[in-house]
Amino acid sequence: MYEKHLEKPASFYPEYPRKSGNQAVTHYCPGCGHGIAHKYIAEALDDLKLTERTILISPVGCSVFAYYYFDVGNIQAAHGRAPAVATGIKRINPHSIVISYQGDGDLAAIGGDEIIHAANRGERLSVFFINNAIYGMTGGQMAPTTLVGQQTTTSPRGRNIHNEGYPIRMCELISALEAPVYVERVSLHSPGGRAKARKAIRKALENQVQGKGFSFVEILAQCPTGWKVSAPDSLKWIEEKMLPYYPVQVFRDKSAEAESWAPPDVTYSDADVLQLIELPLEDDAAPAARPKVAEQYRNPRIKIAGFGGQGVLLLGVAMAQLGMMEGYNVSWLPSYGPEMRGGTAHCHVNISDTPIGSPLVSASTVCVAFNKPSLEKFEKEMASDGLLIYNTSMIDIEPTRKDVEWLPIPASEIASQMGNIRFANMVVLGAYIQKTGLVSMETAIKGLPTFIKAKKLIGENIKALETGAAFVRGELKI
Amino acid sequence: MTDKLDRGRLEISADECKGCGLCIVACPVQVIEFSKTVINKQGYHPAQYKGSGCTGCGTCFYACPEPGAVTVYRLAKQAQ
Ligand SMILES: Cc1ncc(C[n+]2csc(CCOP(=O)(O)OP(=O)(O)O)c2C)c(N)n1
Ligand code: SF4
Ligand code: SF4
Ligand code: SF4
Ligand SMILES: [Mg+2]
Repeated sequence: MYEKHLEKPASFYPEYPRKSGNQAVTHYCPGCGHGIAHKYIAEALDDLKLTERTILISPVGCSVFAYYYFDVGNIQAAHGRAPAVATGIKRINPHSIVISYQGDGDLAAIGGDEIIHAANRGERLSVFFINNAIYGMTGGQMAPTTLVGQQTTTSPRGRNIHNEGYPIRMCELISALEAPVYVERVSLHSPGGRAKARKAIRKALENQVQGKGFSFVEILAQCPTGWKVSAPDSLKWIEEKMLPYYPVQVFRDKSAEAESWAPPDVTYSDADVLQLIELPLEDDAAPAARPKVAEQYRNPRIKIAGFGGQGVLLLGVAMAQLGMMEGYNVSWLPSYGPEMRGGTAHCHVNISDTPIGSPLVSASTVCVAFNKPSLEKFEKEMASDGLLIYNTSMIDIEPTRKDVEWLPIPASEIASQMGNIRFANMVVLGAYIQKTGLVSMETAIKGLPTFIKAKKLIGENIKALETGAAFVRGELKI
Repeated sequence: MTDKLDRGRLEISADECKGCGLCIVACPVQVIEFSKTVINKQGYHPAQYKGSGCTGCGTCFYACPEPGAVTVYRLAKQAQ
């Protein structure tokens, strides 16, 4: 004769299998305000029937694992970047209900810029801002919202306005902007406060359903662990310490008058989508006269490494550029060491018949090592049967990989003999072209001015190319 | 039936409770207490319903941070 009146909202997963340990409960500390805010959001999603349409952005902070709990679309953003990620998602999925859920460190410190600009652009988002006046996750450091005099691990004598400034009131800041439609601060400290929090959360979601603009709900929430008080005392803490500084009130409510925006009702057939995402049919355009390439040298995934200043990055650019001129798909991704000169540098190059999924090269099929540390570091990650080109002028050891083809070349010496040690990269390029035939020497000579900017050096660079090629043909006596 | 039935009934899932006590301080008629005997899987003394007096108001449900720890029942209309 009793009927269920209130139970776990269905927008939560029945259990949380991604969590280690007890998968029936959240990872939050006993009494934590995050759990309560989660419950209200889940309840509102149930009641408004939004579960299937919702994408929730988890922040960095204690709620980083919100995606363990909500049975919605989930994305976890880098620290403070949830509003930017939410913006992108909402714009490409305007029918989705996009929630940015953020703590005070995440939203008001590292992400201060993101939230202000998302608010200022009037993004059609629902932002739930959990203000617990502390960095909970990292062990109770001071947040921009930490109260004057509040002791934290990084303000052990209490927040001092002369040193750390005043706590930031985010609702007040955001409601100074023109675009936001709804801005309210609520609190979890009392049954009445919690009832208002539930209403505000619901309203922020309803606004989004109706295509109204930016809705922002700040929730004063307890962190008993960070505040070092019991859970019941944490409610008094909110009341006595937070409420006098952070008034709970509606700061802005233009929900009624704000224009309702409905995304255009466009539907795409599978064929439309294919047409949209398909790359132009390059095959037709690709030069029919592309050189024939032996099987093992096709579609190379290249890693080039050496000291900064050895022309490592430029060699990568050159390979990608020439590959492109031959009609391949190409990518080039540099990786710099901290020093401009003398540090290490390497780059990733793909040259491929088919579209390239990722510019990163992990199991390289071609490795070019200009110095010993590069050989030692990168030969290890080569795919077997790859091609290992190494500069014997600066490498006095043999490679250890016996399952790859070796192409030793005294590139720096050849270049010095030609008058400039910095041509070593073009010597290697010539050797590579001769060895693999991936691009023709004509293309290389034609393309050279696109990556060698100094006109007076073009002739010598061409000579370096040809010398490298001659070395591979065995025509060079050193 | 002589005794009037309670309007509500409370169920606390002992293994989902973290023993924070927020439901206990929230209940307006004080019908929740900590168990003195049970220690749950997580090592807490869970909250438990005293067994009578619940009005089904739901205050404890909205005070509890654990998604599934508290379930509140109400007396069905026809039984009143
Ligand atoms: C880029 C980056 N900087 C710093 C950190 C460390 N960090 C993790 S959580 C956090 C603060 C979280 O505080 P808040 O947003 O208030 O969340 P709470 O845990 O209090 O809910 C910081 C600084 C990080 N993970 N990433
Ligand atoms: S540290 Fe604070 S915010 Fe984080 S889970 Fe614990 S109580 Fe919640
Ligand atoms: S539903 Fe209301 S009366 Fe019943 S236990 Fe919860 S708070 Fe107390
Ligand atoms: S509020 Fe929830 S977790 Fe805390 S004691 Fe009550 S039932 Fe347990
Ligand atoms: Mg915080």
